[in-house]
Amino acid sequence: MNTPQTTSSSPVPTPVAGRADLRPQHIHDAVIRLAGNSQDGIQSVGGFLARLAGRSAQDVMTYMTIPSTISGGPSIFQVRIGSGEVLSAGDEADFLVAFHQHSYDTHIRALKEGGVLLYDSDNVQPNLDDKRFVYVGVQITSLTIEALGGTAKDKGKNIFVLGLLAAIFNFDAEKLKTLIRERFGKKDASLADTALIAFQAGYSYPVDNLLADRYHFEKVHKEGARAQITMDGNQAIAFGLIAAGVRYGAAYPITPWTSVMEILRAELPKYGGLFVQTEDELAAVSMALGFSYSGNLAVTGSSGPGISLKTEAIGWATMAEIPLLVVNVQRGGPSTGLPTNVEQSDLYQAIYSGHGDSPRVVLAAASVEDCFYVVLEAARIARKYSTPVFILSDSSLSTRIEAFDEPDLKNLVQISKPDLTPRPEGFKPYPLDKITQHAPPGTPMLDGKYPVLTGLEHDETGHPTGNPALHMKMTAKRREKLQKLAAELPLPEIHGDPEGDTLLVGWGSTFGPIREAVNRLRKAGSSVSAIHLRHVHPLPDGLDAIFARFRRVIVVELNDSGLYGFGQLATVLRARYCDPKIQSLTKTDGLSFLVREIVDGVSK
Amino acid sequence: MSTSTPLAAEPVKLTKSALTAERPTWCPGCGDYSVLAAYYKILEKRQLPHEKIVTLAGIGCSSRFPYFVNSHGAHYIHGRSIPLATGVSLARPDLNVFVFGGDGDGFSIGGNHLEHGARKNVNLTYVIMDNSVYGMTKKQTSPTSPVGFKTKTDPTGSMDRPVNAVKKLLSAGATFIARAHASQINHMTQMIERAMDHEGFSVVHVLSDCSEFFPDAYTSANPRKGGEYKIIEEKLWDQTPEDELRHDFTDETAAYRLADHPFPGLFGVFYQVERATKNDLEDMWIDSVRTKMAHCSDLEILQQTFDRMK
Repeated sequence: MNTPQTTSSSPVPTPVAGRADLRPQHIHDAVIRLAGNSQDGIQSVGGFLARLAGRSAQDVMTYMTIPSTISGGPSIFQVRIGSGEVLSAGDEADFLVAFHQHSYDTHIRALKEGGVLLYDSDNVQPNLDDKRFVYVGVQITSLTIEALGGTAKDKGKNIFVLGLLAAIFNFDAEKLKTLIRERFGKKDASLADTALIAFQAGYSYPVDNLLADRYHFEKVHKEGARAQITMDGNQAIAFGLIAAGVRYGAAYPITPWTSVMEILRAELPKYGGLFVQTEDELAAVSMALGFSYSGNLAVTGSSGPGISLKTEAIGWATMAEIPLLVVNVQRGGPSTGLPTNVEQSDLYQAIYSGHGDSPRVVLAAASVEDCFYVVLEAARIARKYSTPVFILSDSSLSTRIEAFDEPDLKNLVQISKPDLTPRPEGFKPYPLDKITQHAPPGTPMLDGKYPVLTGLEHDETGHPTGNPALHMKMTAKRREKLQKLAAELPLPEIHGDPEGDTLLVGWGSTFGPIREAVNRLRKAGSSVSAIHLRHVHPLPDGLDAIFARFRRVIVVELNDSGLYGFGQLATVLRARYCDPKIQSLTKTDGLSFLVREIVDGVSK
Repeated sequence: MSTSTPLAAEPVKLTKSALTAERPTWCPGCGDYSVLAAYYKILEKRQLPHEKIVTLAGIGCSSRFPYFVNSHGAHYIHGRSIPLATGVSLARPDLNVFVFGGDGDGFSIGGNHLEHGARKNVNLTYVIMDNSVYGMTKKQTSPTSPVGFKTKTDPTGSMDRPVNAVKKLLSAGATFIARAHASQINHMTQMIERAMDHEGFSVVHVLSDCSEFFPDAYTSANPRKGGEYKIIEEKLWDQTPEDELRHDFTDETAAYRLADHPFPGLFGVFYQVERATKNDLEDMWIDSVRTKMAHCSDLEILQQTFDRMK
């Protein structure tokens, strides 16, 4: 077993002179793209690599596309591992693993010059005349079958590849084996054994015969660093909600939101809470409002089309002043649109989809790690201001795996119970001089007057009224509380110099690529800085003072430039500051920004 | 879920005057006044803790109900009162959850929620005040309008078959289904009280005349106006020959048969069975999971989860 294959379909590759030789043995950053079909299990290989990097105190970021077909179809999983800060999944791959001919045909253009193509020589015939790359052909399918003894067919070739990669990159094999045991051993020990055989077969394959160099990641020494945890954006949202003391929620399944509700359905009972799958989106938001009304801040979530269905009820939450968390894991729209692609085109929806004058709070997560923290912030605001709060994530964050410093749970975890302390005489559900804080049902009212919360315009006691003066006052009350919030929000940090030529403004998942673009541009001598808005609505006070220190402001976002030439946040900022130097850089190809695209867009 | 019990004020006797809030905005002669009177009567009779009563509604004339009751309550959006109430019921077993609404709320815009609230057997009591017309918007066709009824949206008469409330509720899986007429206040009160005592999704379909836009809708069920109020005789299980003919309200097929009785139909309890409520099933699941967690604190549970992601 495991003799070098020297058949014609898997030639022993010869590194191309002048290219591969330039490849450093000690690297601090590598982008590995695995290309196959969705049933090849490449996601789990990527997942293992990401978790390994997390356990090795390395930074990691993954990027994945899945077909929106029900089963099968081409899929990629890209892992970028770095010994320093990893900000994006990488524009081009250093290393491409191709399982099928179509994987090679489609993704060879994503490989850097001098990059390594590792291909399954049972299925792929690369163009060996193209001297830009290093070719490593391994009979992945037949060697896996050989190792596993036939019955498993080629299932397990993903783990074989994991073993190969472990050998090539000098990954810690023992740590990977532990991860494999943790992953597969839970249900069936024999499954883990099979996986370990496949891993070992790949790991002990004599790659030295194929590749002149093995790689070594530079060791990172972080003083007093916290342990790293590895998860995707939807997990970070779900566990952020739990940390925020949210114990109730309701939703309807929709890609890419669904895994948040799956996690909460399974996890919340451990905390004595409950998540309900409802008959539709309208029931979901209504039930969540029922939970919130009962004194337990609740969550509902969805993706664009589902959020549209919830909007009437969210209008009620604004009018009745009920706290509520609404998560939107954005995808490409409109309508069913691009269900498994990324877009930031629901910003207007989050800010403006309400009927009537219905100001609401909108926050956006910048990274997987921030998905966790932004939820804590959203819950704080919802409770303090008794208001619905939108949390915008997107498809790229939802499936992206990142390793980040373990949150300091001891100081973050919140416990929240309905406040049923008797309310004194004169309690008003809608006081004009204070921010509404409701008395949930079950609260004794000492003056014997019980509140009715309402979607009709009302006076301070909740009594419905169409009185013009009162409608003006109550509209102002609902608006002013968010203006108060704006005044308390911190200004975003400026990445780069506090003044200069160009300021990039981002929101949501563009955080990493923008930051990396700024780093690259600054290295090349450009005067570029960036800010990232986490509080998108209301905006923190004082952004104009930051804008004033730059010649131009370019808002980078994944949506259309619209009828008037500006993306959604750019339009909001232009309306807010009436500043013609606010420009827009947008795109709508359903994929995250490549760093190069931002660099080029700014340099134009 | 445990909910902290605060120090309540000295319990005072719950009287009708303590329960009365704003003066109803309904038209004179509206059947909904009787439903409100019945509700006061039941709450007064049963002496529920005042703060534990929750009165919820959607949109429509009848859905103004919460404003006229001095209890915790909410006036929600059109058709969605059942999922709102489900949230309250599931999170707060200490509360008595009552939902009031009309035929539009229950059978039209909120029809899907009626279906699923019933299927899930959520523990709450729902009184549907059916007037067979959209009154608040000044006479449009309702899902229970009889064929031929002329409205502003059906000037030549409604052409669509009206919803059969009892059959809809039976097929959806409601575990308590009764009918009453608002003019028969004693019978209606009994029905609502029995619904309240039922553990699960209990619905009373109350015919409640709209004095303004459909005053004669249910005259045929009103003995004072020459109609007949046919009450379902329930089986007494007394081994008498007469008992053979009486209704066994646990018999679903028999309930369907009674529901097919021609307009204005029969009144009384059509169906009542015990089935595990959504509340119980979720609680059992929570309890079993909590037992496994062996009294760990929330922080400890989350920390354990994070440790597995390292």
